Amino acid sequence: MTMQEFFAMGGYAFYVWTSYGLTLLVLLANVIIPVSQRKQFFSQSLKRKR
Amino acid sequence: MFLVPDVVVRFFHRMASPPHFYSFTERLMPWLVAIFVLLTAAGLYGGLYLAPADYQQGDSYRIIYIHVPSAWMSLFIYVVMAIAGAIGLIWRIKLAEIVAISSAPIGASFTFIALFTGSLWGKPMWGTWWVWDARLTSELILLFLYLGVIGLYGAIDDKRVASKAVAILALVGVVNIPVIHYSVEWWNTLHQGPTVTKMDKPSIHVSMLIPLLLMALSFKFYYLIALLQRTRLELLRRERNSQWVKTMVLENK
Repeated sequence: MTMQEFFAMGGYAFYVWTSYGLTLLVLLANVIIPVSQRKQFFSQSLKRKR
Repeated sequence: MFLVPDVVVRFFHRMASPPHFYSFTERLMPWLVAIFVLLTAAGLYGGLYLAPADYQQGDSYRIIYIHVPSAWMSLFIYVVMAIAGAIGLIWRIKLAEIVAISSAPIGASFTFIALFTGSLWGKPMWGTWWVWDARLTSELILLFLYLGVIGLYGAIDDKRVASKAVAILALVGVVNIPVIHYSVEWWNTLHQGPTVTKMDKPSIHVSMLIPLLLMALSFKFYYLIALLQRTRLELLRRERNSQWVKTMVLENK
């Protein structure tokens, strides 16, 4: 199987890759949001202390 | 309690203590991420590359490797949320309340993914993006239940009270879980019946089944990772006036 064939997904490229892409985005967001908010929590708490 | 080994009892007692939970989960995280990456890589390689195309659906069926595990997670997380909510309601364990509310956005995300990928699979195979079929409708209700939990929690300022309200809503909504599961058998409309979780042997070839189960396990680990991230954030916010959080802020960890 060539790379092109793989990405073509037998003509269903749009449906398959949109599904995988959206899943990736949603799953990434669910980790990035709490991690960045925790960093924010620390920096803001520190500011309030000073 | 005398049936449970002493080590296990002590483990749970220590885990219920916020500072211990916080530092333990921090040390646990790299291991969880490593297992998740390995499982996902193996599952995707098996599902997208090794597994053959379906004889009827061609390559479009490959959406199954995220659609079905996401749908399973949407139910699994809801049950976890309801149980954690009940534990919080009965024993007033703060960590259980936090696990319950932290599960909601992750469960909502998986429900959204299941609906969205189902739609993207339905268009080429069924010829429609959406239909008011029993399975699809009950899964959409699940999404609204999750959003209701998130909204209700946000609407009440006192978070201990909010947790109580949310737990009751989550417990009432449990009714929907068996409805979703059996919907394809009770109302035979467009969505196909179960191929994996049935009494007979699964009607899916092993080369497709293995990557599917790998992805299901990978999503379990993802849930654990995302849940711990949210749980730790919520814990810090609720405990911001306690000594262990103040010390950690000063150390800027």
